[in-house]
Amino acid sequence: MYVAVKGGEQAIANAHRWLADRRRGPRETPELDVAQVEGQLRLAVSRVMAEASLYDPELAALAIKQSSGDMVEAVFLLRAYRTTLPRLAETLPLDTAAMRIERRISATYKDIPGGQVLGPTYDYTHRLLDFLQLANAEVASPVAAEEGLAACPQLLELLDAEGLIEREEDDGAEPYDITRDPPDFPVDRATRLQMLARGDEGYLLALGYSTQRGYGRNHPFAGEIRLGSLEVEIAVEEDDEPLCIGEIEISECQMINQFGGSRETAPQFTRGYGLALGHNERKTMAMALVDRALRAEELGETTAGPAQQAEFVLAHADSVEAAGFVSHLKLPHYVDFQSELELLRRLRREHAARAGVGAGVDTKTNTATSNATHSDPVKEQQA
Amino acid sequence: MTASVANANGYNFAYLDEQTKRMIRRGLLKAVAIPGYQVPFGGREMPMPYGWGTGGMQLTASVLGQDDVLKVIDQGADDTTNAVSIRAFFERVAGVTTTTATAEADVIQTRHRIPEQPLCQGQLLIFQVPIPEPLRFIEPSEEETRLMHALEEYGVMHVKLYEDIARHGHIATTYAYPVKVDGRYVTDPSPIPKFDNPKLHMSEALMLFGAGREKRLYAIPPHTRVESLDFDDHPFEVQQWDAPCAICGARDTFLDEVITDDQGGRMFVCSDTDYCQSRVEEVA
Repeated sequence: MYVAVKGGEQAIANAHRWLADRRRGPRETPELDVAQVEGQLRLAVSRVMAEASLYDPELAALAIKQSSGDMVEAVFLLRAYRTTLPRLAETLPLDTAAMRIERRISATYKDIPGGQVLGPTYDYTHRLLDFLQLANAEVASPVAAEEGLAACPQLLELLDAEGLIEREEDDGAEPYDITRDPPDFPVDRATRLQMLARGDEGYLLALGYSTQRGYGRNHPFAGEIRLGSLEVEIAVEEDDEPLCIGEIEISECQMINQFGGSRETAPQFTRGYGLALGHNERKTMAMALVDRALRAEELGETTAGPAQQAEFVLAHADSVEAAGFVSHLKLPHYVDFQSELELLRRLRREHAARAGVGAGVDTKTNTATSNATHSDPVKEQQA
Repeated sequence: MTASVANANGYNFAYLDEQTKRMIRRGLLKAVAIPGYQVPFGGREMPMPYGWGTGGMQLTASVLGQDDVLKVIDQGADDTTNAVSIRAFFERVAGVTTTTATAEADVIQTRHRIPEQPLCQGQLLIFQVPIPEPLRFIEPSEEETRLMHALEEYGVMHVKLYEDIARHGHIATTYAYPVKVDGRYVTDPSPIPKFDNPKLHMSEALMLFGAGREKRLYAIPPHTRVESLDFDDHPFEVQQWDAPCAICGARDTFLDEVITDDQGGRMFVCSDTDYCQSRVEEVA
């Protein structure tokens, strides 16, 4: 006699216990400390903060530890925490020109006011496994510059002074808040940038790459990429000086793209913009490419590439949404599957009846027979 | 129905903060006022993955009161893993009483089924919805489908159903079968089997639908006309089984197929576990 399966509750509890054990790993090695993750896996921490839209390196590190290093899961953990936080104040807009620079490069000019600063970059490292790190070899301290870096002007502002690049101005509009309101397609650029800023890095990378390969090409130059720290300020009382509430690390990429122009306006370079919390250079570059691609319609270009389809790009950029919906296929679908089975059996019965053979004919035999008549299926296909 | 009480876990009653619940309830009022219309709402991240019932959970959290009795089913069953998980979540963050008995529940959150036992006035049935837009697989763009709803441009849906008939001799949609609510909006009933569609029509209970990832909610109020789309010469019909339920003998319920051995042996049992069990107890 069949008995319906019970005990889901116990099974779930046991699964979680096993998971915790797997996460902890062999007990003879010391447990990973959250401070170690925060201090030594900084780029992972940055990515989780950026895609979760929450600047909190310690909690991002905790999420990475708790998720056994599954970045999508870590982003989800931190995002789910973020949504429970009260909104106490709104910060003033950040001025990235005031950034305390750690890295700042331009691919468009050899030398720039303020200088090119390589900073802590994997660029130019030879990708050779460093076996000394297996033995935790000592690491030398960095060479400190003799004098601190001055604030560097935004390079694109220099082009702007000459009118060579489109001007971007704050229109003073209250930005749409994608964390409070559902996206209402078509969405404006500020909203698009919010969605891209928390979009999955791999997804944006692939889309950005596709524009370079011709699916919506926009001729980009890395005008300026900068990484550093910025003070975050809030206005407590309307007339008082703004109050600094802390400092965050930010990555920014400003792409310079091929010109638009019309009978009315002289040709100008156009812009693509990328910004992310933490050290996320690749992400901001990809984001800038995709931002520019999504401006195709506004700039009067044909929109043929996938990266130029705003609703397509934006509706699928969020890893928390995407991972959730893909993983939901693991949930039971007995009822829908049963409905399909019932229909399929009926269709096959009717098909068999029409074909003049009795119901219940073994289709495997049918397939075998038809294969036998085509002695060389490859040749058949080619013919 | 809701009171603002922080519980021992440090979260607000039923997890969501009161402002968010109010925003969702306003959306629900609009949804009830325009039956079948998809109301956009500022969906929040829930501590469960999108696609696992976050829309239904946000609705449940918004309407749940401390004295309400909650039932959660998935595929008609109270003991499927995700139903167990969601029920445990609300026990933890709301401390409400839960039940498996359909008749005893004030609020029923469901995935993919409507209980076999007819619902009563005052009961709330909350559906988890993956893709709220019935036209989505015909027209992928939200901009376009919104316009189609506004203009009541539903011809493409009938064309799709007609193409099914031309190809298969039948309408090949067996679940998430599109309905027209109150003669106006073509609506996705969520992936319930079409077997359950007739239960939507003139229901005694208020039916609420929540799509978390897509950030849409909608409603079918009690005593509302709900027609499943069809043709005069191909009228809507529901699934039937040759055999009765192997456990309770019911002939009028939706049956799940269970594979019993590796020889192709199978049996059919009620997907609504509570209904099945109560029938067995009646007989005993």
